[in-house]
Amino acid sequence: MNVTSPVRPALVLRQMHDKNRETTYHDVTNDICKQVEAGFNPRWMGAMAISLVVLAWGCYCLYRTWWFGLGEWGLNKTIGWAWDITNFVWWVGIGHAGTLISAILLLFRQKWRTSINRAAEAMTIFAVLCAGSFILMHMGRPWLGHWCLPLPNTYGSLWVNFNSPLIWDVFAISTYLTVSLVFWYMGLLPDLATIRERATNPISKFVYGLMSFGWDGSAKTWARYEMISLILAGLSTPLVLSVHTIVSFDFATSVIPGWHTTIFPPYFVAGAIFSGFAMVLTLMLVTRFVFKLEAYITREHIEVMNKIILITGSIVGIAYITEFFIAWYSQVSYEQYAFINRMFGPYWWAYWAMMSCNVITPQFFWFRSIRRNIYWTFALSIVVNIGMWFERFVIIATSLHRDYLPSSWAMFWPTYVDVGDYLFSFGFFFTCFFLFAKFLPVINMAEVKSVLKASNEQSSEGYADDEYNTVEEKAVAQH
Amino acid sequence: MAGHKHLSLANEKMQFEFTATLKTRLLTGMAIGAGMILLWIIWAMLVPEAASHGPEHTMASGGAEGGHAYSWTKRLWANLWLCTLYFNGIALLGIFFFAVNYLAWAGWSALIKRVPETFGYFLFVTAPLLLIIFFLGGHEIFHWTDASLYEKGGANYDKIIAGKQGFLNTPFFLVRMIIYFSLWIGLFLFLRRMSLAEDKITDLRGYLKKPDLYNKIVYYSTAFIVVFGVTISTSTWDWVMSIDTHWFSTMFGWYNFASYWVASLATITLAVILLKEQGYFTNLGEHHLHDLGKFMFAFSIFWTYIWFGQFILIYYANIPEETVYFNARLNGGFYRPIFFLNIFLNFIVPFLSLMAKESKRTMTILKVVACNILVGHYIDFYMMIMPATVGQHADFGLIEFGCVTLFASAFIYMFAHQLSKAPLIAKNHPLLKESLYFTQFN
Repeated sequence: MNVTSPVRPALVLRQMHDKNRETTYHDVTNDICKQVEAGFNPRWMGAMAISLVVLAWGCYCLYRTWWFGLGEWGLNKTIGWAWDITNFVWWVGIGHAGTLISAILLLFRQKWRTSINRAAEAMTIFAVLCAGSFILMHMGRPWLGHWCLPLPNTYGSLWVNFNSPLIWDVFAISTYLTVSLVFWYMGLLPDLATIRERATNPISKFVYGLMSFGWDGSAKTWARYEMISLILAGLSTPLVLSVHTIVSFDFATSVIPGWHTTIFPPYFVAGAIFSGFAMVLTLMLVTRFVFKLEAYITREHIEVMNKIILITGSIVGIAYITEFFIAWYSQVSYEQYAFINRMFGPYWWAYWAMMSCNVITPQFFWFRSIRRNIYWTFALSIVVNIGMWFERFVIIATSLHRDYLPSSWAMFWPTYVDVGDYLFSFGFFFTCFFLFAKFLPVINMAEVKSVLKASNEQSSEGYADDEYNTVEEKAVAQH
Repeated sequence: MAGHKHLSLANEKMQFEFTATLKTRLLTGMAIGAGMILLWIIWAMLVPEAASHGPEHTMASGGAEGGHAYSWTKRLWANLWLCTLYFNGIALLGIFFFAVNYLAWAGWSALIKRVPETFGYFLFVTAPLLLIIFFLGGHEIFHWTDASLYEKGGANYDKIIAGKQGFLNTPFFLVRMIIYFSLWIGLFLFLRRMSLAEDKITDLRGYLKKPDLYNKIVYYSTAFIVVFGVTISTSTWDWVMSIDTHWFSTMFGWYNFASYWVASLATITLAVILLKEQGYFTNLGEHHLHDLGKFMFAFSIFWTYIWFGQFILIYYANIPEETVYFNARLNGGFYRPIFFLNIFLNFIVPFLSLMAKESKRTMTILKVVACNILVGHYIDFYMMIMPATVGQHADFGLIEFGCVTLFASAFIYMFAHQLSKAPLIAKNHPLLKESLYFTQFN
């Protein structure tokens, strides 16, 4: 027996067009398959066209990067990486929310995740691919990318440096991508089978049939599905932490002031979840509006995600203050200089952009009305992602641009190719996301159906005191 | 699975009874602990050199800051400080458990919420104790209390410590300590009062429709979490990190949090199981135990993560200002085996023994692992406090065992005493029914 307290808000609302009717299993299927089954929506085509244009421009800049070399970027001898690694860390961070939602929230039995996990996981996968693209870009010779892997080779003593955190990154991120992909795809299977069963056109039936791996919906299949979900959740939970931990090691294992600080691992993870949830909100609010999914992605969902943004944003804020305080407390002049220089040096504007976007703006979410307001949430989610981009830029560029040798002091300014490569990742990300939104169900129908019954009981009038108080209790109360 | 049987509070003992037998046992425990401490003190006064670890370990005086001559009183104060902090942490994190569960609207734990809630009362013991120990023995624990370090041109002048004076000075230290405790205790009493007021509600149906008191507890739990989030780091800098006065690590506050948190979770598990064995919590089944086991398992890994993150970054960068801390522990003679024991007890044992589902549902295994974790995290704090205070004179003797016995008995006494003063089960908790019917399949 499964009891849900009436104080919990309903996770699925009544139908938008007919407020008197509870949402049924059939409604869920219809509402979510509609996008996949209908023809191309003009708004979707417009959005897709824009992202393809951006992608095309990005491809041109990428061509310049690879054909003419990294001299096309604004790097110099002092600042050997800046824009590319900033983008890399930013995208990896964004790629944290999906697996957090599907794995950690599954382990914590957070049922609200059911209507957002699918899209968040898809976003995770695309974001991680975008992140990886910056590594290939910076290689200059992407055709040698496989040299990152410890492959047996005939190049003499050429071997990866296992002591390098950059190699740990290769392992961490490729593992994360693989597990996230498997997790996401496995969750898709029952829904793909639903689409297969509903398909009227033989090509769709064939394609979705192929993709659903012959899902038959038997009790045994479901039992395996649930078992594998839990196993994968258990496997991905440490991965959610390890990926950004290792990304933080890229910096923290060094002896560069401002990079070498022990709080980096958990603070980077918190920052990643912070920006990941912000990106999920940005995308989900648009998807919710375009596909009319208000009954499934409710204000309750938005509020809960905003709470996570508030918590992780505050953790990040505490970490900033801790770093700053300990830099003073350590009495190490290099550390002290690094932090003062961040605030008042030539990149002061980046520092204050980071502080105001990451620490101050999330504090608005202390107000319930703002947490539940769609427009505020949308605006703030974008602000948070801007702030998190600046955070990485501040850490990377300000620590590098002041070398130990003052004669080597320099500045980094991006070229149009830098910006174009960044746009490439946006074009790629949105193209993937729009393809996903059109051809795959954006909400996990099967899992939403599993919370539907309890939701309807909660949202229906006069639910339940009677059910909540069992017969024996009434008997006890009468005595 | 609970199946379709109806569970209710009818067969549940609503009131914990602090029996005379238990009372006697705990008082005896305290007396034995105090006796061991006294015995050790007498022995140390009669044969001072014997009370310190033998002279063969005088090499590299560990991380002991400064050149204070060792005297046995140092070990006494360090031990008292260690135990007070450890149990203070367990008590504080009990309130944290309560607050986090409210904040997350957790249903499964509603049945046992009085257990962690009651831990908070031990702050009334630790708050004055920390003050007293600091007044009487602070000079022997905290190198920075030595005024000669700040005299410019003096033989003892230490530029780095003098630079920290704005933070590390006795008045500010005391002010901070008083602020922490007034915030913690104030919010705790407030939460406790509301929690007990909920029991008095008679119209449960009306309350479920409009759970105003529940929402208020959530609200103040949030306030507690905010206060806690800041003070757990700052209090750690004050009470633990500043013992190694030169050394610093930004992770240190969160590392201490992780350690206290696992210890507190183990204490909660232990308390719940012992109460169940006494016939309380009849509705508590293997599914609840499974969750407590998962908590211990997960946060043992979390502690390891934080511990390793801090260690590897310092080890890898190899900056002398930072490695001095681990050098004193890893290469510090007496401490080297304990350094590895720490990882073994706090990671390997819980990781391997709690991995399987059934072990998280078996009370005996949970009890053994919880005790192991409690010992392990005592060792963890031992490793934070001892090297910079007693250095190579450290040992495990009468004083260590005496202090632990005294504090553990006192903690349980306070817990049992306060637990008996309020209903054991919060019968009007809006999520209680979820907790009664809780299964892992929800």
